Amino acid sequence: MDAEISLRVDGEAHRLTVDTRTTLLDALRERLGNTSPKKGCDHGQCGACTVLLDGERALTCLALAVAYDGAEVVTADGLAADGELHPVQQAFLDRDAFQCGYCTPGQVCSAVGVLDEVRRGWPSHASPDLTGDPELSHDEVAERMSGNICRCAAYVNIVPAVQQAGGQAS
Amino acid sequence: MTELVEPRAMGRALVRRDGVQKVRGTATYAVDTPVDLPAYCHPVQATIARGRVTAMDTTDAEAVDGVLAVLTPFDAERLASTEDAEYAVLQSDEVAFRGQLIGVVIAETSEVAREAADRVRVSYAGQPHDTELSADRDDLYAPGQVNAGHETDTAEGDVAAAMAAAAVTVEQTYETAMYHNNPLEPHATTALWDAAGDGFLTLWDSTQGVHPDRAAVCQVFGLAEGQVQVICPYVGGGFGSKGTPHANVMLTAMAARALPGRAVRLALTRQQMFFLAGYRTPTIQQVQLAADRDGRLSAIAIDVVEQTSKIKEFAEQTGVPARMMYASPSRRTTHRLAALDVPVPSWMRAPGECPGMFGPEVAMDELAEALAIDPIELRIRNEPEVDPETGKPWSSRHLVECLREGAERFGWAGRGPRGHRDGDWLVGTGVAASVYPTLRQATSTATIRFAGGRYVVEIGAADLGTGSWTILPQIAADALGVDVADVDARIGDTRHPVASVAGGSSGTNTWGSAIVQAAREFRGTFGTDPHDGAEASGDVDQAAQDEDHAAYAFGAQFVEARVHADTGEVRVPRLLGVFAVGRVINPRTARSQFIGGMTMGLSMALHENSVFDTRIGQVANHDLAEYHVVSNADVDAVEAYWLDEHDPYVNAMGSKGIGEIGIVGTAAAVSNAVHHATGVRVRSLPITLDKLLPALP
Repeated sequence: MDAEISLRVDGEAHRLTVDTRTTLLDALRERLGNTSPKKGCDHGQCGACTVLLDGERALTCLALAVAYDGAEVVTADGLAADGELHPVQQAFLDRDAFQCGYCTPGQVCSAVGVLDEVRRGWPSHASPDLTGDPELSHDEVAERMSGNICRCAAYVNIVPAVQQAGGQAS
Repeated sequence: MTELVEPRAMGRALVRRDGVQKVRGTATYAVDTPVDLPAYCHPVQATIARGRVTAMDTTDAEAVDGVLAVLTPFDAERLASTEDAEYAVLQSDEVAFRGQLIGVVIAETSEVAREAADRVRVSYAGQPHDTELSADRDDLYAPGQVNAGHETDTAEGDVAAAMAAAAVTVEQTYETAMYHNNPLEPHATTALWDAAGDGFLTLWDSTQGVHPDRAAVCQVFGLAEGQVQVICPYVGGGFGSKGTPHANVMLTAMAARALPGRAVRLALTRQQMFFLAGYRTPTIQQVQLAADRDGRLSAIAIDVVEQTSKIKEFAEQTGVPARMMYASPSRRTTHRLAALDVPVPSWMRAPGECPGMFGPEVAMDELAEALAIDPIELRIRNEPEVDPETGKPWSSRHLVECLREGAERFGWAGRGPRGHRDGDWLVGTGVAASVYPTLRQATSTATIRFAGGRYVVEIGAADLGTGSWTILPQIAADALGVDVADVDARIGDTRHPVASVAGGSSGTNTWGSAIVQAAREFRGTFGTDPHDGAEASGDVDQAAQDEDHAAYAFGAQFVEARVHADTGEVRVPRLLGVFAVGRVINPRTARSQFIGGMTMGLSMALHENSVFDTRIGQVANHDLAEYHVVSNADVDAVEAYWLDEHDPYVNAMGSKGIGEIGIVGTAAAVSNAVHHATGVRVRSLPITLDKLLPALP
């Protein structure tokens, strides 16, 4: 069964027809040709497909496209839509926070989401105080970024990159 | 001695040239390449571990709207070569392991392909399968050789006599688990035959070597090299599993030939990778050490039992590092295999050295404990003057310096025989040595062309995240004597000159040697003021090859472990490695390789374990939720350092290879630290709390 939906992706409006089984990830990659989000597991276990969905980080492999009619999607490519890298992307470059690059667009989108969540005062499992403003400590960043697997294991560079982008360079 | 290139660009921590594309997600991996109207494949896999497919009813599958073709063993094309049984997809009705490819659906969309694959009805004549590895099997056999062409068994002196006569001995069995490489990018291919269907095949394939990949495809399909182009500018990780193509590549090419003129895509699912993309065999290592009261070894022995598949032999060279690591007059190494109804094992980061430095390096720690000698001192006392295996002098060996510098940086001094308690946590430290051979492949050619005021280096090399895009221009710039900013690299395409696989930590050594040779040819022919279009080539086989020295990289790994006294939870707040790897071409990308290898070693030590369900013959935990690889919160401090080591024998760069040594020895160092913390010796990986809890103080 097909459905027609609207998506705004990296600032551009699209009308598209999707199989109701189509994930948002496959809609982006296979229907709209936006391959910035990657498929690493298709089960929400690796984080490579992370985008900003209506402003918050989300796993597109666990989202059915038909349920997101009218949504606004920003991919890692869209974060640099005007040609200038987002501070998170620049920090990933500065800190060599990746090797193969396959998890990186997801890491970058996840990091943008993390910084926003921290700004809004959302606590995490690693927060020492559930009511205070969380700080971008190593443990806080590592915990919040743990939904994004990096098999090249750049973790010890990813954490300082996120801290750098958050204005708390270590 | 090799004429070393003067380092100017080499040694600089240049930012990755492919970095911007990677942080934006615009680097094109195998199924990212835009093609017109791609079709999508979904494989059909065997659901028995041994037997025959008696019938496949594809009626329902073909009836699904959007299905373009369904291929089965009963109607698929006959391949030109079935010599390699792993690649002989859909060529027979026999099932040799659960999950084997027995069909493929090609459809207009990925959703339709998947649905239709589910609708293929398969009938089997099953037979009892045999998938259980054990050292007690009576059908273990000695392979003709082990991986990388090493001898299966070696022996010198009399180990039994030395064990009987020694003041102190260690005799223990160590086990490493089954591991799956799990690169983040699944094994994926886009294949396109030209419209005639028998002419030209283009493959956008995720591979560690476009030329070896092409050679395998050409053999299987009976094609000339000029009929196949393999393109792979970016690889989303491989760790060995993309070093040789697997059956999925052949299946995609076969599927595409059924739809000539149309690009066909197949990306394995994460679950399918646990059946089809290779893995590291579990190993059982019986280790013997004999020493005098001063810790001088009189015997080293390792007898390895591991598995292979029945259809294709792969014998991991686990016993090999014990042949050269320490001095000892008596020595024995053996490898025995069980051939099972299991998927085909293959390369995984540091095959041989990675598992093979677990047992012996824990055994050394046990020996140090028995002798009440510091484990660093024990290793220093057994430092061999020359390579014990060949008798050749070392091209460079600075293990002792790595141990000493690591001890200094880590704060090893004053370490007692037991760790200490910090609140609820038992805290300890451990050390282990690392080693990896310095390899250079026999085949690779580079071309350098001067065009538009820039130097263009072309070679079919691969960058798996290792940094080739960035470091090959550094090598070329120094070999040419020009600014690195004036050099472009073109890699990852069989249209470029032939290159060897990115494996065995040999890429830089091999491709760099070809590039230096090409630069020397270029300067020799055209001087320093070349005309536009000037072009020269160089081959690795023209480069000086030293045969008189044993060449290895060495390292020392230090670990702090904290074990919760009540729960047995293990945390590793600090990993520190010091490596002696010759010249480091780019400290930025090199450091990432070291910390990446060490962190993967931590993952092996504490988490990774493919649990094989022998009742049905498959890995039970076949996804990333159940097969746990380290995540960000599992990792604290990881520090990598290297010596300023100069090796004049290995190649013109003085480089010894860095991609694999980081994972070697880490798991042993973790086990040794956990023992120091708790007194519990875990000899079977991974070190999980169930192995600690019953024995905790």
